[in-house]
Amino acid sequence: MALLLKNAHVIDPQVGLNEVADIAIRDGKIVEVGQGLSIEKGVEKDLAGKIVVPGLVDMHVHLREPGFEQKEDIASGTRAAAHGGFTAVCCMPNTKPVTDNATAVEFIQARASAVGKCRVHVAGACSQGLKGETLSEMGDMVAHGAVAFTDDGRGVQDAGMMRRVMDYGSMFDRVIMSHCQDEALVGDGQVNEGIASTRLGMLGWPAEGEELQIARDIALCRLTGCPLHIQHLTTARGLDLVRAAKEEGLPVTCEVTPHHLFLNEWSIGDDYNTFLKVNPPLRTPEDCNALIDGVVDGTVDAIVTDHAPHTAWEKNCEFEIAPFGMIGLETSLALVLTNLVDPGHLSWERAIELMSVNPRAILRVERVAIEPGSTADLTVIDPEVEWTVDAADFLSKATNSGFIGEELKGRATDVFVGGYATLEDGAIAE
Amino acid sequence: MAFNHRHLIDITEYSADDIMLVLETAVKFREVNERKIKKVPTLKGFTVVNMFNEPSTRTRSSFEIAEKRLSCDSLNFGGSSTSAVKGESLVDTVETLCSYKIDMVIVRDKHAGVPRLIADVSGAHVIDAGDGKHQHPTQALLDLYSTWAKKGDLAGLKVGVVGDIGHSRVCGSLIPALKIMGCEVTVIAPPTLMPARPDVLGADHVTSNLDEALPELDVVYMLRIQRERLEGAPYPSLREYNQLFGLTKDREPLMKPDALICHPGPINRGVELDSYMADHPNRSVILDQVYAGILTRMAEMYLLLGGSEDGLTA
Repeated sequence: MALLLKNAHVIDPQVGLNEVADIAIRDGKIVEVGQGLSIEKGVEKDLAGKIVVPGLVDMHVHLREPGFEQKEDIASGTRAAAHGGFTAVCCMPNTKPVTDNATAVEFIQARASAVGKCRVHVAGACSQGLKGETLSEMGDMVAHGAVAFTDDGRGVQDAGMMRRVMDYGSMFDRVIMSHCQDEALVGDGQVNEGIASTRLGMLGWPAEGEELQIARDIALCRLTGCPLHIQHLTTARGLDLVRAAKEEGLPVTCEVTPHHLFLNEWSIGDDYNTFLKVNPPLRTPEDCNALIDGVVDGTVDAIVTDHAPHTAWEKNCEFEIAPFGMIGLETSLALVLTNLVDPGHLSWERAIELMSVNPRAILRVERVAIEPGSTADLTVIDPEVEWTVDAADFLSKATNSGFIGEELKGRATDVFVGGYATLEDGAIAE
Repeated sequence: MAFNHRHLIDITEYSADDIMLVLETAVKFREVNERKIKKVPTLKGFTVVNMFNEPSTRTRSSFEIAEKRLSCDSLNFGGSSTSAVKGESLVDTVETLCSYKIDMVIVRDKHAGVPRLIADVSGAHVIDAGDGKHQHPTQALLDLYSTWAKKGDLAGLKVGVVGDIGHSRVCGSLIPALKIMGCEVTVIAPPTLMPARPDVLGADHVTSNLDEALPELDVVYMLRIQRERLEGAPYPSLREYNQLFGLTKDREPLMKPDALICHPGPINRGVELDSYMADHPNRSVILDQVYAGILTRMAEMYLLLGGSEDGLTA
C-alpha cells in the first residue's frame, strides 16, 4: 500500500527539516521525502497549508482498562488520543487489577491491537499492587513489552523501597517514572497550600510535599544510576532541582501537563469546580511561569496530559470527595499551539521535541523521524483553525476537562500510524 | 435600604451596609423575642429545609427556633436520615428536595463549597450554616451583632481571634466580616493552628504571643479547640495549650478594662477559657451571642425571603 502526502509544511528537528515537501510512504515506512514526488499507484493527499510532524506521543495517560471501563477504556481512550493528534500513548498501571505483572501487560497490548486507534506503550507498576512494599516482576514485564515502571497515582513512600526499585530497575535499561508525593506532608490536601487552601477553606497540598520526593529521587538516581523521570512536575523549586540534576549530568528527565502550565490556583473559584481538582494541585501563577520557562529552555523534557477520565457522577459532587484528575488528550496539542507556539514563545521544533521526540527517547521506544526508512507515524496539523472546546466533541468517555469553553487555535486533522490513517479530516478512520 | 442578596453563603459578598441592615433588622426581632408571644407571621407559607449533614446542636436549634418564631414550615433533613448513607449523591438529594418546591435550604456540611453547589442545583435561597473549614457566615453575623450591641460602632475596634484559626470555618467568615466593618484584626495561635495565609482572610497582625497582643484588644474572640478535627495533635498537651493560649484569670490584668470576651461555643472549660473568664459578668458576651443567633438568623431569613412586615414594629 502506498501513500503520498503532498505539499505539506514538514517540520522535524531530528533531521533539520522545516520546509514544504512531499512524503512518500510504502508498507508503513517512509520511503522518500522531497519535492515533486509521485507514486505509481496508491492514495495521494494534498496537505497544502498543513503542518506534518513526527507522530505525537503522550507518555502519561490513564486508559482505565481493565477495571474502570465506566470512566474510559482502551477503545475510547485511544480514539481520544487519535482525535488529539497522538500516534502513541503510554498508559499508567493503576488499573484494577493493577498492571504489575506480565499477564496484565499482555492484556493491555492485546486489547490495544484489537480495538485501539494508536500505539499503546504499557508502564508497569514498580511495586506489587502499587503498595510501595514489594518489587514487581519488572524483568518479566520487560520481556512482555513494558516500557517503563511507575507507581503513578501514589508516591513510593519509603526511601529504602524507592532505592530498591531503582537499583533493581537499573539492569533493564528502563526509566523509573516517579509520582512525587510525600503522603505524610500532603495528607488529605485538596488544593495548593497557601492562598488557595486559605481562600477555599480546604486542606492544603504543599509544594514541599512534591519537592521533597523530587529531591529524594534525584539523590537516589545519583546513588543507583537508574534513569529517573519526574512525572507531572508542578513547582518552580521542583524544576530547579531537576535543572541542577541535569547540570550535574544525572540521567534525570521530567514532564509537565498543560493544566499545570495554563491553569493556576486562582482558576478554582467559589463554584468549587471539581474538574479543576487535580493531583498535584494547580499551583501559583509564578509556578506556571517557571514551568513555561522550563519548557522553553529545555529543562522540561516532555509535555504530557496525565489524561485522567472520571465519570460525570464521580465529579458532580462535593470538591473534597471528588476524585483527582482531568482529561487532556483532545486539548493538549491545541493548548500548546495556542498558548506557546502561536504567540512565539516556543518554536515548532521545540514543541515537537516535547510532544514527540523526547517521549520516545525517554520510553526507549523506536525513534520516528521524517526520513526514509522510518516508521510512518505522522501527525498532520491545521495551524490556523480556530475552535472552541466543547464537551460534546470529546471522544473520551469523560468530559472532566478544565478547558471547556476555551477558544483555541490549531488542531490535528489527520493522523497516520504505520502508514494507516487513524484520523482523517478530524474524524476517526474506522 | 435595598437588600439584593438571594443567599448568605460568602460573607465577602456583603457590604458594610448589607451587614448593618441585618444587624438593624435583628433589633426589630429582638423586640419580638421580648414579647410574651414570640411569634410573627412573617414567613407564613414559606418552606425551609434544615439540611444538617453533620452533627450540630446549637446552630441547628437556633435556626429551628428562628423558623418557628417566623411561622414558616420547616423540615429537618440530615443526620441518620441522610440519603448519603444509602449511597445517593448530594446533587440527587438536593434535586429530590427541590421537587417539593421549597423556598430555602439551611445547610451545614463537612465539605467546603457545598452551599454554593446546592444554590446552583436547587434555585432555592441558601444559607450556609457552616461548610467544612470554609465559612460560617451566620456565626459571623451574630458575633458582629453581639459586639455591636455592647460597643456601638464597630469601625476601629481592635479584635483578637485566638486559637485554631487554620481549621475554623468561623474565622473564614468572621475575619473578613470584621474587616468589612472596619475593625483591626489580630490572629493569635501557634503556627500549627494558623492557616497558610492568614492575610488572605484579612488578618492585619499575626502572632503567637497572646500576652503581647492582649493589652491592645477591645474584643478577645476565643475559638474552641476542635479536637475532633485535628489529625496529629498540633500542640503537645491541653495543659500547655492552656498555658500559652488560654484566656485565664491570670491574664485579666493584661486586658483593657472594657475588653469583651466572645466564644462561638461550646466551650472547653479549662482549655481555651477558664470559668472565671467564661462567666465574667462584665466581659463575657458568650450567652449574648447565643441569643443574638436567634435574632440575626430571623433577620437573615426575613431579608432573604422578603417576608411580610406583619407583627414587626417599625
